[in-house]
Amino acid sequence: MITIKDLHKSYTMGANSLHVLKGINFSVEEGELVSIMGSSGSGKSTLLNILGMLDEADEGSYTLDGTPIKNLNEKIAARYRNKFLGFIFQSFNLINYKSALDNVGMPLYYQGMKRAERTDKAMAYLEKVGLANWAHHMPNELSGGQKQRVAIARALASDPKVLLADEPTGALDTKTSYEVMKLIQGINDEGKTILVVTHEDDIAHMTKRIVNLKDGLIIDDTKINQVRAASHV
Amino acid sequence: MFSLERWQEIFETIRKNKLRTFLTGLSVASGIFILVILLALGQGMQNGIAKEFERDATNRISVWSGVTSVEYKGLNPGRFVEMTNADYNYLIEKYEDNLEFKSAVYRIWSGNLTYGKETGSYRVEGVYPDYQFLENESMVNGRYINYSDHDDKTKVVVIGNKVKQDLFGKQDALGKLIQVNGINFYVVGVYSDPGGEREETRVFVPISTAQRVFGGSDKVRNLGFTLKPKANFEATLAQSINFSNEIESFLKERHLVAPDDTSAININNTLEEAKRFYDLIGMIKLFFWGVGIFTIIAGVVGVSNIMLIIVKERTKEIGIRKALGAEPWSIVSMILHESIFVTAIAGFSGLLFSMTLLELIGPNLQMDYIRNPTVNFNVAITTVFILVLAGALAGFVPAWRAARIKPIAALREE
Repeated sequence: MITIKDLHKSYTMGANSLHVLKGINFSVEEGELVSIMGSSGSGKSTLLNILGMLDEADEGSYTLDGTPIKNLNEKIAARYRNKFLGFIFQSFNLINYKSALDNVGMPLYYQGMKRAERTDKAMAYLEKVGLANWAHHMPNELSGGQKQRVAIARALASDPKVLLADEPTGALDTKTSYEVMKLIQGINDEGKTILVVTHEDDIAHMTKRIVNLKDGLIIDDTKINQVRAASHV
Repeated sequence: MFSLERWQEIFETIRKNKLRTFLTGLSVASGIFILVILLALGQGMQNGIAKEFERDATNRISVWSGVTSVEYKGLNPGRFVEMTNADYNYLIEKYEDNLEFKSAVYRIWSGNLTYGKETGSYRVEGVYPDYQFLENESMVNGRYINYSDHDDKTKVVVIGNKVKQDLFGKQDALGKLIQVNGINFYVVGVYSDPGGEREETRVFVPISTAQRVFGGSDKVRNLGFTLKPKANFEATLAQSINFSNEIESFLKERHLVAPDDTSAININNTLEEAKRFYDLIGMIKLFFWGVGIFTIIAGVVGVSNIMLIIVKERTKEIGIRKALGAEPWSIVSMILHESIFVTAIAGFSGLLFSMTLLELIGPNLQMDYIRNPTVNFNVAITTVFILVLAGALAGFVPAWRAARIKPIAALREE
């Protein structure tokens, strides 16, 4: 599903150049649930942003579902993001003046789907994350866990190939974190490929494979026995 | 641009961001409102002043005599100069080709008019038939003095509308006999004057009759002339001033008045005065335009500012939308679409509001020098479009820049 080869990325800050990714080789099969771990500054978020086409690599190749991702202009990148990817952010990133339902419908709007159809589909995804009763609430009327579940519904709405989650439980307490992870595991069980960036061990162990990053290089990549979040809830 | 989905998206954004929308709209609407009111006031002043000049023909030259103030050729100051029919006849003969309308006036300041039981004191003026046009009068009923009245010295009178109302009330005045200082005159006409009631409290009789009946012999109190217009205003004005000067020196010479005497022979050239007023009005209108244009510029700056803030405020939202698959152009057009929609609606509301105000208040505004303030609708519409366009342009640059920020940078924005 995802293949990256020899990926490099540096940031220029004034006179200093910061080499963040120093040659990453990495691939993900369909249906995997992978966590990317590493301390702050290890480059894990940068890697995820490049995978998400939110940022561009300096060197190396990236293939997503057989499509080489290179020389993207903004327009094509936007189309690919809409078609291939669903994002889950640490800070939820819901549009605060839109209801939960409309937030979930946003990717569908950019697919050009008509309003009625969009609403039906968004509603179905809200049901899936257990928030059908909250469909018409604004984000500021929802708890952190609920917001993240809305964000997950939104990420799923366009039926993407891959879900990219950047510290999805970073802003949540332990109990809520496990609930969110249970949801993510459930989605993975249905066959969706998911990448989770986290620095929390317990969260990482709820995935099926842990990739460890340090100073811009992969130092460890092991498949593990998944801990079911349901047992903690 | 016309996709229903886009409109729904925009209405939703507007509905959820009422304050932002209101503030944008307010600056546009108030800019248009102020501009329209200013332009209308300028027009109102022009109308008002034009009205003041409508009382008499705008190119009228009036001559009247007074008391000498300077000793000349052995004659003491304080002598009353009286013009005669001969002066008038000489002048109309000499300038026959240039004159449009001409009349001499013999006047009794207070004539007693009586009809039945009604009586009143009015100005009685003996005039030539042309005087109607010098005074800019129009007939309500009957006719004006004519040349056969003048030749036959008939006792006919043309009365003002106000005089008719005073003496006759609702009755018909034509053909009735009224007494002017005890002498019977036939009423042959009723006139109205754009100068209003004050100008309609006069009655006119043939000058030959007036001079004979009221003991004027060949004396003349006033002369009134208009000149045939030249091809353009400047030439007309030059001719008019030249003519004023010539008759002044002629009359002074004939009546032995010192050339530097300012009180014995008086000439009022309406055209010269009108030019001064119209120049002034031109300046005032220019000033209002200036203020209006700066108001619009202030409005544009206001709209630009708000657009900048809106885009800044929405940077994160733009990042989210881009992460969800929004193309850069869809971001730019979303922001522009919204701003054009809001400024257009606000601009037209400002226009509508100010026009309604003008419609309601304008015609009832009875101030001196401001009359019926109106504004050229096309000018007003154009300014609305300019403002909308300026708002769109002002919004375009920040919107374009925001749409080009990498989504990751936009998402980091707090």
